[in-house]
Amino acid sequence: MITSSILVLFGLGFVAAAILAMASKVLYVKEDPRIAQLEDALPGVNCGGCGYAGCGGAAHAVVEGKSGSNVCVIGGLETAQAVAAVMGLEVLEMEPELAFRDCTGGERAEELYHYEGAGDCRAQALLYKGSKTCPEGCLGLGTCVAVCPFDAIHMGPEGLPVVDPLACRSCRKCVDACPRNVLSIVSMSERLLHQEEINDCLAPCRQKCPGQINIPKYIEQAGKGDYAGAIHTLRERNPLLLVCGRVCPRPCEADCRRTHVDEPVGINMIKRFVADWEMKNNLRLEIPCAKETGHKVAVIGGGPAGLSCAFFLRRLGHSPTIFDSMPALGGQLRYGIPEYRLPKKDLDWEIQGILDLGIKVRTEMKFGIDFTTQSLEKEGFEAFFMGLGAWASGNLRIEGEEAPGVISGTELLTSVGLDKAPDIGNKVLVVGGGNTAIDTARTSIRLGCDVTILYRRTRNEMPANLEEIEGAEDEGVKFLFLTAPTKVITGEDGHATHLECVKMELGEPDESGRRRPIPIEGTETRYPADTIIAAIGQKPALSCFYSEGSDQCVLDFTRWRTINANPDTLQTSVPNVFTGGDLFTGPDLVISAVGAGRRAARSIHFLLTTGEIPVADNIMRKLIPYTLFKDVDGVKHKERSTMPYLCDGSHRTSTFSEVEGALSEEELKHEASRCLRCGLICYDRDIPLAEVVTARVGEKVE
Amino acid sequence: MQEYFLLFISAIFVNNIVLAQYLGNCPFIGTSKKISVAIGMGSAVVFVATMAASITWAVQQYLLNPFGLQYLQTLTFILVIAALVQFVEMFLKKVVPPLYKALGIFLPLITTNCAVMGIAIICQREEFTFIKTVAFSFASGLGFMLALIVLSAIREKIEVSRVPKALQGTPIALIMAGLMSLAFFAFKGMIA
Repeated sequence: MITSSILVLFGLGFVAAAILAMASKVLYVKEDPRIAQLEDALPGVNCGGCGYAGCGGAAHAVVEGKSGSNVCVIGGLETAQAVAAVMGLEVLEMEPELAFRDCTGGERAEELYHYEGAGDCRAQALLYKGSKTCPEGCLGLGTCVAVCPFDAIHMGPEGLPVVDPLACRSCRKCVDACPRNVLSIVSMSERLLHQEEINDCLAPCRQKCPGQINIPKYIEQAGKGDYAGAIHTLRERNPLLLVCGRVCPRPCEADCRRTHVDEPVGINMIKRFVADWEMKNNLRLEIPCAKETGHKVAVIGGGPAGLSCAFFLRRLGHSPTIFDSMPALGGQLRYGIPEYRLPKKDLDWEIQGILDLGIKVRTEMKFGIDFTTQSLEKEGFEAFFMGLGAWASGNLRIEGEEAPGVISGTELLTSVGLDKAPDIGNKVLVVGGGNTAIDTARTSIRLGCDVTILYRRTRNEMPANLEEIEGAEDEGVKFLFLTAPTKVITGEDGHATHLECVKMELGEPDESGRRRPIPIEGTETRYPADTIIAAIGQKPALSCFYSEGSDQCVLDFTRWRTINANPDTLQTSVPNVFTGGDLFTGPDLVISAVGAGRRAARSIHFLLTTGEIPVADNIMRKLIPYTLFKDVDGVKHKERSTMPYLCDGSHRTSTFSEVEGALSEEELKHEASRCLRCGLICYDRDIPLAEVVTARVGEKVE
Repeated sequence: MQEYFLLFISAIFVNNIVLAQYLGNCPFIGTSKKISVAIGMGSAVVFVATMAASITWAVQQYLLNPFGLQYLQTLTFILVIAALVQFVEMFLKKVVPPLYKALGIFLPLITTNCAVMGIAIICQREEFTFIKTVAFSFASGLGFMLALIVLSAIREKIEVSRVPKALQGTPIALIMAGLMSLAFFAFKGMIA
């Protein structure tokens, strides 16, 4: 029996082996020898973190070119080098990537479905695949936590996933598992390149900010005392914190949800505090930059748009050079905004921080005269950013305006900025109602003049910021409303002596929505003046784009005499020329120019590295309607902090010292605590959601 | 015809290879986390179980029974199934690469799958004809696939539910498998 058993088993084994041996010859499939080598090089733990079926699957993927030498998410640099050695590749340093969650909602989002009366969205998610009221935010189900093979995500106290940066291997499992696309794997460059999309967690303030700054995040960081973190958040979108902290008219505050409770959060005060904190402590926080790419880009114009574009290009690894016609960088920040609003030493400190990243500068170089894009191309520049600003003044279009003694507001501000204040006499008339008019008037007051502003509509229609108007009134600037100039009267020497004006009345609203001023016949009055300053708008000076004797320019212009470009990519009619700032929009805010600088840098980056400039289908172009509430319930009143004045009385009008100060640390904490930490539709309530809903609909919510 | 229909129904529902015979629990728990994986594994089992039962039927009929070596059944079946799976793997890799890729890592997993072995042995115990063996093994494979897909669907839902920490993962899967097994006992009354 034993013999026959052994014989049968051996016989069977032999037959099986023979068949397999023959089969292996006949059915032999030539396999890349590198697969076996790669299987040896990989750690062999089959964790599945890479997304392939074991290390064998990963080895196949590398050989087939589906994955790189960094296929193994747990092996680290050593494994990547071993894999690269097999594949004949070189391991280069890569920007670190991390799982990232932008949503601030979690359990604060109101629930659309109520399962059997219980406000449990998990039940409804399982049964109906429904969602919370917020169509984009985190449901707080924790699917990402369950799938993470490295225990790098846990649910935080607010029902939102929190990523541990030390444990995260950026394997993408959480991203793939997330049913709401709330998580993503991003590197610093990707964050810098991201354009706001309507699916992002965008609080109304963030939607309104032309710079696309993550406002709720930096306010939260500042409120917690993490000032460095707040600065890093700001610098992801805006390199000019000190500047914007002082001069931004803060459009974001207009849409702050807190307005429906009491007053908007003092967003800009918080920005100014953290920016000042860095400068006063002379910290110069490190600004990370991507690996050098070697692409040379010319940034023409050193104003806010140019500085922002150069800053972001440098951070993306490119080599920008700024060309500016003036002796120092800053553009209108330096030559258009008076010292009392933006001290030059603060501006210098901020610009130096940007240049320290390795940005080259060539000042006193006039575009169209000292250089052209063609001459720069010969030097190896591959792309151009045009940020020449709007330096030309609008005309009064009245008789005698060419006379000596009639100057423009920008002319006065520029000469004061260059420390060459002109003699403007004692009696000054300023024509206009915008911020430039106010800046001109307050500057003239500081030069010791008696200043009157003439505006053809009423105070309510003035486009200048209210606090600027009030500041001018406090400093003794006089106003003549409903008054329009008709003629400049000159003396025997040809110098202006009087301005003849006519009284106006308001008629029907015009296309701007403001009531149109109509002159009243027979009300002509002459006002004496040593200097008449026209501050009625600025426009780009485009003559530099035309070469001498030519009336043709390669760039397209709009009928408003600004450069024509794609509003999403800022690419002009010449593919490697981009624009932004006042040259593209006409006179606008500093933060709009900063935002445009970043968008142009993004486009230049994509053009230079991939040849194409992608624009997402769902980028945010206007405010998202369902995020704008009519009322905000469950929030208690909290008084807004006031910005302190640094100097008063005669000191304020006799020097150019800074007028506004910064909040104290205590006031900052108070102001940050007023922020509701809004997401798309969620916000922090002082009263729990359940009680609010109960009070609103009379239902008991568990 | 009715006989085959009953054989089919009985193999799939009443005597389900996992839920009634408790064979193949390891791959049942191991590959039931996602429906897509469960379908892959189920298809591989259907394919291999049918082939293995057919070949072991021949080995039993023409080698073991004539020489009175039935006591070597387990050893020879292991040998035959292991060799068969290896052969199938080589064959598919050469001749039908898309199918080989689709089945992926599941073919080697089946080499030591007791469900496949169990099906082959049951066919011998019940003294089925060759046709019945093919029908029964195919239906048993389908039964395995059905149980696997149902469990994976349940587990996908459980993954987004609140489960006490101690029961998360395999423990709750085993509890679910147990409940499924109880539920399948209801099919007992279907065939008298």
